[in-house]
Amino acid sequence: MHAGRRLAQAFAIARRCTSSASSYPQEKRSLTRWYSTALNLHKDSPDNNPNVPWDFTPANMATAKEIMSHYPANYQQSAVIPLLDLAQQQHGGWLPISAMNKIAEVLGMAPIRVYEVATFYSMFNRTKVGKYHLLVCGTTPCRLRGSCDIEEALLKHLGVERNEVTKDGLFSVGEMECMGCCVNAPMIVVADYTKGAEGYTYNYYEDLTPKRVIELVEILRRGEAPPPGTQNPNRFNSAPAGGQKTLLCEPKPPPCRDLDAC
Amino acid sequence: MGCSRRIISHLKARPFNSSLSSIRDESFLCQWYSRSSIASASGHRHHHGHNQPHEAQRPSNAGFSPKTASFFSFRPSARWIATEPAANHASTSTSAVNNAVLEIINPNDCIEVFVDGHSVKIPKGMTVFQACEAAGVDIPRFCYHPRLSIAGNCRMCLVEVEKTPKPVASCAMPAMPGMKIKTDTPMVLKAREGVMEFLLANHPLDCPICDQGGECDLQDQSMAFGSDRGRFIETKRTVLDKNLGPLVKTVMTRCIQCTRCVRFASEIAGIQDLGVLGRGGSEEIGTYVERAMASELSGNVIDICPVGALTSKPFAFTARSWELKSTESIDVSDAVGANITINSRGPEVMRILPRLSEEVNEEWLSDKARFCYDGLKRQRLSEPMIRNAKGRLEPASWYDALKAVASVIAKSSPDQMAGIAGKVADAESMMALKDLLNKLGCENLRCEGDGLRPTADIRSDYLMNTTIYGLEKADVCLLIGTQLRNEAPLVNTRLRKAVRNNGAKVASIGPAVDLTYKHTHLGTGPETLMQVAEGQHPFFSVLAKAKNPVVIVGAGIFERADREAVMAAVQKIVEKATVVKEDWNGFNVLLLNASHAAGLDLGLVPGVGVSTNWKESVKFLYLLGADDTPLNDIPEDTFVVYQGHHGDHSVYRANVILPGATYTEKEGTYANTEGRVQQTLPAVPIIGDARDDWKILRAVSEVAKVKLPYDTISALRARMLAISPNLFRVDELEPSSRWVPDSKPAAPGKVDASPFKSTIENFYMTNSICRASKIMAQCTAAFSGSKG
Repeated sequence: MHAGRRLAQAFAIARRCTSSASSYPQEKRSLTRWYSTALNLHKDSPDNNPNVPWDFTPANMATAKEIMSHYPANYQQSAVIPLLDLAQQQHGGWLPISAMNKIAEVLGMAPIRVYEVATFYSMFNRTKVGKYHLLVCGTTPCRLRGSCDIEEALLKHLGVERNEVTKDGLFSVGEMECMGCCVNAPMIVVADYTKGAEGYTYNYYEDLTPKRVIELVEILRRGEAPPPGTQNPNRFNSAPAGGQKTLLCEPKPPPCRDLDAC
Repeated sequence: MGCSRRIISHLKARPFNSSLSSIRDESFLCQWYSRSSIASASGHRHHHGHNQPHEAQRPSNAGFSPKTASFFSFRPSARWIATEPAANHASTSTSAVNNAVLEIINPNDCIEVFVDGHSVKIPKGMTVFQACEAAGVDIPRFCYHPRLSIAGNCRMCLVEVEKTPKPVASCAMPAMPGMKIKTDTPMVLKAREGVMEFLLANHPLDCPICDQGGECDLQDQSMAFGSDRGRFIETKRTVLDKNLGPLVKTVMTRCIQCTRCVRFASEIAGIQDLGVLGRGGSEEIGTYVERAMASELSGNVIDICPVGALTSKPFAFTARSWELKSTESIDVSDAVGANITINSRGPEVMRILPRLSEEVNEEWLSDKARFCYDGLKRQRLSEPMIRNAKGRLEPASWYDALKAVASVIAKSSPDQMAGIAGKVADAESMMALKDLLNKLGCENLRCEGDGLRPTADIRSDYLMNTTIYGLEKADVCLLIGTQLRNEAPLVNTRLRKAVRNNGAKVASIGPAVDLTYKHTHLGTGPETLMQVAEGQHPFFSVLAKAKNPVVIVGAGIFERADREAVMAAVQKIVEKATVVKEDWNGFNVLLLNASHAAGLDLGLVPGVGVSTNWKESVKFLYLLGADDTPLNDIPEDTFVVYQGHHGDHSVYRANVILPGATYTEKEGTYANTEGRVQQTLPAVPIIGDARDDWKILRAVSEVAKVKLPYDTISALRARMLAISPNLFRVDELEPSSRWVPDSKPAAPGKVDASPFKSTIENFYMTNSICRASKIMAQCTAAFSGSKG
């Protein structure tokens, strides 16, 4: 096939995707699509610069020490991921540069090695997120089951763009790749940072509709905890809607050779 | 140096005759005054511009650099040098492709693999990649670098191994006995083409405006292994450029994430600044927080970058690699004597690159050596000058300048004369200076940085006896009064290698500095040294128990008034801890200046009758490029002759200026801190009316009526041969004799309690060339305070 024709086709596909997805400006959507967390670069800001003091709380420091005790003394840096996670829970869902520097200090490793890890994993947020960070699954099965509509409903309801925090600092919406809930697609994750590291939850809400997801947001706003899992009242966990469809009677034993007959 | 060797051997056959014919002598000065006759003179080796010695004229491989060399030529470093039993040798040599040589250290410890059907025996533990190299087959590579750890992330080195379902990344796969490796099957070719297509998917097609163009691994390998078209039609990604300081220019969109620079920074340079950030399509190399690469070796990332992502900022857009002439020379910015390639275009030095030398600099170069070249174009002394009655320097003819010097020489008494050789003086001119002053009856000669009471009695007392290469074997090292990282970055790299590879324990006495590796700071002054010498310090037993102990004394000690006492303490440590053994000499002195070792070899030290306060009575002072000697304490009426290439500190005091040549403009012999003798070659013509340094001294001698008995550089070298034969054996290391313990006076005086001072305040400003360099000034501004 000629390259020119392929190029025209690709552009046509790209146009279809963006125009059907939402009413948001196309260039903004395409930008946030790629930089789902932040740039791989730190820019100093008043609340995020190396001079802002940061330390683990005494309780979390004890947890950190406990985590570090799992690893040999000369491999302390193996604890970098759990410690980053702990710091993120403590700091309301994101990692300021001084938290990463602190972890480097605690583990005796170079700060750049911590930055490398923090930038690699998309679950580490290096810019501010809401107290409730809502992550919409953006992988194929959820997309096919309407996760675009879920995200659009959320963004419209909260009046924000993707990765933007609401004015009250309560919510932000991000995107995540497959979280293994395809059978209950579409789904979102709610990372709850309201109660620090102790009360931190990371719950899946599945079988969503645009209407239900807004209800969830409102429940969260009231400070209540909606029941996680499937939001389809006709389903139990991942079982089919309306009850079991298979294994309705005692299963027949597999056809075996009658060994005695031989 | 085949040419000069031939000339000298000819001279040796005919005994050296000091009274050359008067016709020759006349012709010397005659040529001296008229430049045109110099160029046309036959029988002399003048190197002005195009009139190069044939060694300097390389075939038109101007783009030759470590980068291209890494791919297209089989590196000497990749060979395994040892011997193999003669019986096996035939089979190995017949199996090798492209005449590659593989010699095996331990024949019992090797395995046989087959590369493209040829059997090759390799030591156990080598990778498939190394096996292919041993067989003489070049495997394309981007991320693999023989001096860095294996990353295995570019996938360019894919080969087929029989009985494996997929192509194998050869750089990361250990070779197994009997492995059948195939490097030219359709599968391999297709794999390479595919990898190349992926690498080029996000690589901009900006070769015409890229400084790497012409010496780019990606360019070369895509020509060799890539397809003529790609299938990628989407938008190419772009990456934000990083600011790595005044030396390294970044165009990060060109980066292919080979991570060579990251590995170099953390493994060789020892700075943890660079990292791989992000993942997948948005992966990039960076520092995360914006910061300049605070390393004295940062320029090397330019060489190891296989693409144009990291290029030289000062060299940007100034020249193309193929228009440059390469001259193989020696660096003089410190006493390491790193081997360099000077790339020049016409009369201008465009850039300086390292040259492979396993014994000295491997393939690295310090930033000062690499980037000080713009100082060669600024503040140059291009014509002779005489200070007039009003105290202003006025241009003069050579005749007048030489006459002025000669008239003062005639009036001065020998005991009121003195000569000082500067930091970058070559051995030839130092020889001529010594001969000139000695002929006048003066014995007050010294090298810069040699202190009040220099001594050159025992060669092993001022050399790095372990050798730079030998430092790799050290297991315990004591640094005394040296800031290794500033004084000799490439020696520091070797010691870092010893720390990384053998877990060497390093301790230092002196100013506390960041050496880029783990070390213990024992103390700041002689007090701690005395404790170690008395065996009271716990470190003494560590040193005494070591298999290969090393003691490195900084040349800063030479400047101390209590030099003998400190050296006596060091001697005590060396003796008591048996640092010098039958097969190991661990006593080292790290010199600071390129000229120092050769100067001491030639005996540029004051004679016995010279008093330490000679400065008070000096009437005639000859400075051979000496800019770091304080001149405020010499009398008002002292006549100072400054012979050198830069208008630096000393010209303010000079009465006559005789313009000389820089190391890029002359053929000069240098001995590095281990005593290795190497030669510079002229890359560019001498500017203006300046002259080769030894010729100036030769001319001064003739006008002063104490004619020196040589008028060719070969004859001068024959004279050096008589004084110090080692200076004649270029590119060789004359091993110093085993250290003689009883050489020091029994009562060396008392040790002063003052701490060892740092010898180099600013790494980027150590000699007159650096001080004239704008790039070095930018580095000083960017990194001031960040260096230990």
